[in-house]
Amino acid sequence: MLDGDVIVLLSAAALAFSVLSYVLLDGTDLGVGMLMGLTRSARQRRAMAVSILPIWDANETWLVLGGGGLLALFPLAYAILLPALYVPFIAMFLALLVRAMALEFRDSTDNSTIKRGIDALHLCGSLIATGCQGAALGTLVQGISSQNGQFTGTGWEWISPFALYCAGGLVVGYAWLGACWLYWRSEAELQQTSRWQAQLLSLATLVLMTILLAWTASLNPDYAQRLSTPLVMYPAAGIALTVFITFWASFRSRFDVLPLICALSVFVLAFALIVVTIFPLIVPPDLSIHAAASSETSQSFMLVGFALLMPVTFVYNTFGFRVFRGKIHSPKARMPE
Amino acid sequence: MENVEWGLMAARIQFAVTISFHIVLAAFSIGLANFLLVLEARWLYRKEPVDLDIYRYWLKIFALNVAIGTASGLMLEYQFGLNWARLSTQAGEILGPLMFYEVMAAFFLEAGFLGIMLFGTNKVGPKLHFFATCAVAVGSIISAFWILSANSWMHTPRGFGIGAEGRLVAHDWWAIIFNPSFPYRFGHMMLATFLATAMLIAGASAWQLLRNSSNRHARVQFSMALWTIAVLAPVQIVAGDLQGENTLRYQPQKVAAMEGAWTRPPPGTGEPLRLFALPDMAERQNHFELAIPHVASLYLRHDLSSSIKPLTEFAAQDIPPVAIVFWAFRLMVGLGLLMLVLGIASLVLRYRRRLYTTRWMQRCCLLMAPAGFMAMISGWVVTEVGRQPFTVYGVLRTADSASTVSSEQVVGSTFVILFFYLLVFGIGLWVLLRILRQPAKRAEQGPQPTLPDEIRGP
Repeated sequence: MLDGDVIVLLSAAALAFSVLSYVLLDGTDLGVGMLMGLTRSARQRRAMAVSILPIWDANETWLVLGGGGLLALFPLAYAILLPALYVPFIAMFLALLVRAMALEFRDSTDNSTIKRGIDALHLCGSLIATGCQGAALGTLVQGISSQNGQFTGTGWEWISPFALYCAGGLVVGYAWLGACWLYWRSEAELQQTSRWQAQLLSLATLVLMTILLAWTASLNPDYAQRLSTPLVMYPAAGIALTVFITFWASFRSRFDVLPLICALSVFVLAFALIVVTIFPLIVPPDLSIHAAASSETSQSFMLVGFALLMPVTFVYNTFGFRVFRGKIHSPKARMPE
Repeated sequence: MENVEWGLMAARIQFAVTISFHIVLAAFSIGLANFLLVLEARWLYRKEPVDLDIYRYWLKIFALNVAIGTASGLMLEYQFGLNWARLSTQAGEILGPLMFYEVMAAFFLEAGFLGIMLFGTNKVGPKLHFFATCAVAVGSIISAFWILSANSWMHTPRGFGIGAEGRLVAHDWWAIIFNPSFPYRFGHMMLATFLATAMLIAGASAWQLLRNSSNRHARVQFSMALWTIAVLAPVQIVAGDLQGENTLRYQPQKVAAMEGAWTRPPPGTGEPLRLFALPDMAERQNHFELAIPHVASLYLRHDLSSSIKPLTEFAAQDIPPVAIVFWAFRLMVGLGLLMLVLGIASLVLRYRRRLYTTRWMQRCCLLMAPAGFMAMISGWVVTEVGRQPFTVYGVLRTADSASTVSSEQVVGSTFVILFFYLLVFGIGLWVLLRILRQPAKRAEQGPQPTLPDEIRGP
């Protein structure tokens, strides 16, 4: 049998994998949702909706897995985090509910004004859900007070400049992912629009992320120390630089998927930096992954399932994506809008 | 009431609201997925276009239902932490893994193949498409398996020990998963999902037949739904009886509340069936009781003279709110019996070859369209309120399970959630009725029929 420490680390890795998958996959959908609400052309909005319709449901499921995983693997962290983030989480779930309805119900009407309204709701849902996720992240990083496994704060800690800055940053970041996704999946005018949107948003993301790093380091001397370790700082800077150069060059390549891959890589890098910043804590300032972990029997019971089922899930989710790959084009005759 | 008690009450209402909506959506998904499975199998076997038309017609409804179902399930997965943090701390090690497996094994099977099932008709071959339908249907049942196991464990906890700081630690996963009430609850609930879906399909078809009784598509659906009801309604009554026996064994105070039995009847007279009563928690007795002697003994103990342990023999702080359990049970059983009668009536009319033309039958079906879901919700109220005042029966009290969130936040969010759910449910119902108003037609199209053409293959 594996050592207890290794099991806790593997559990943390499984959880991190679920959360990262959610951010990369549904982050893109939410980004598309936000851009969709800002698009005037009904045909383009239809194309945007089509590009995410077959896959958004599976993507959102990663968040359910993250919730179940957090409860099962680190029950103490789950029991402290959720009461601390009570308002943003409930707002996020309701926003995701609105998003789900807006996306699936938009074709129940032929009236273009109502459709416009539904897409505006879709924009609001995506925007609020993203903002709440950013605020939750910010609140977590700035630290959550707890005692004996119970949250002891007021529940309004997420209204802080740092948390709200994170909310704004994530909105820009997800929109960037969305624009890159659309550049890949669309053609003609929509692709041109997505191209300049992606380029503009990449600059905004770069600036916001740099400020965020500096701000995070100033929050806590431990953070600053971990982030400024040469082993972290130089590789991170190197990777970021390489990815950005590739991103700008990739618009000349014939592989339209490249900008999206670059953007996703930036998100993976940012996620890794957050993990490095707070590790070995799971809820700063005090709760470590070891203290929050459930017993070895529970964790190994789940890790077995995770190891067996995740590859299968991965295979058929990839298959699901492959079935609906390719450019979206709107046959004019069929589109009454 | 004090502030804390308001907060606790609001937290309970919030859970009740979120889970009630989700149960209806999830049960409808399970029922429809299996209905679609049968339809597609029939189509592949007989190649009659009518089956495919009906398949595509209900697939549209399935798509809308699942979208909202996923979003409402997401809320539920986090309710345990938002409002029930101490339950999560104490019992998370056991409940968490069961819920985790629910998502892993099943939710992903469902969600992963859903896209292909909904929009892939012209993108993949018929066999592969059928496989996707099977994956979604089986996934939905596996999903129910795990979540009902978690729920049953809260009623009949087994296979655990008490660890550090009073936390419950898993000892034997087999005993946890297959805890004593799980097989009965799983059977009863699965039958309920199929019955409730069949009632809704029968109601919708009846509505369409009332407008045009010769519509072939409506006739086929109507017949399928009524066969399901005729077969499953009696089976469900047996399953319910078995679950009642199981509950009597492991949670006797719940059965006493279901029966409104405060005191033990004189020896030999047996337990009466109380048709009407107003249970009074303060005086520990019923007002205006109307009862038939011996009948409850018959269905509880299968004889005429045995009695059950009455409510006054339990500590006052350990019994559930009797009136809610008592009345919800009567509503569930009453609706169940009506469904049985409907099933028998359909068999008689079928035998006389008047099933599609008897208008009173169609009106009854239309009227009873939501009966299955109402009975299901009532059943959940019986079992969940009947578990009170515990969250994990006999181990952890509800009052010791809540989060340390301020009452204002809980009360406020409960109102907001209720508002949003009613709104979304209302819109969903309106769209559903709009679709159901038109019966399935020849060469019916599925959801997003133009989507495959809009995505240009590589």
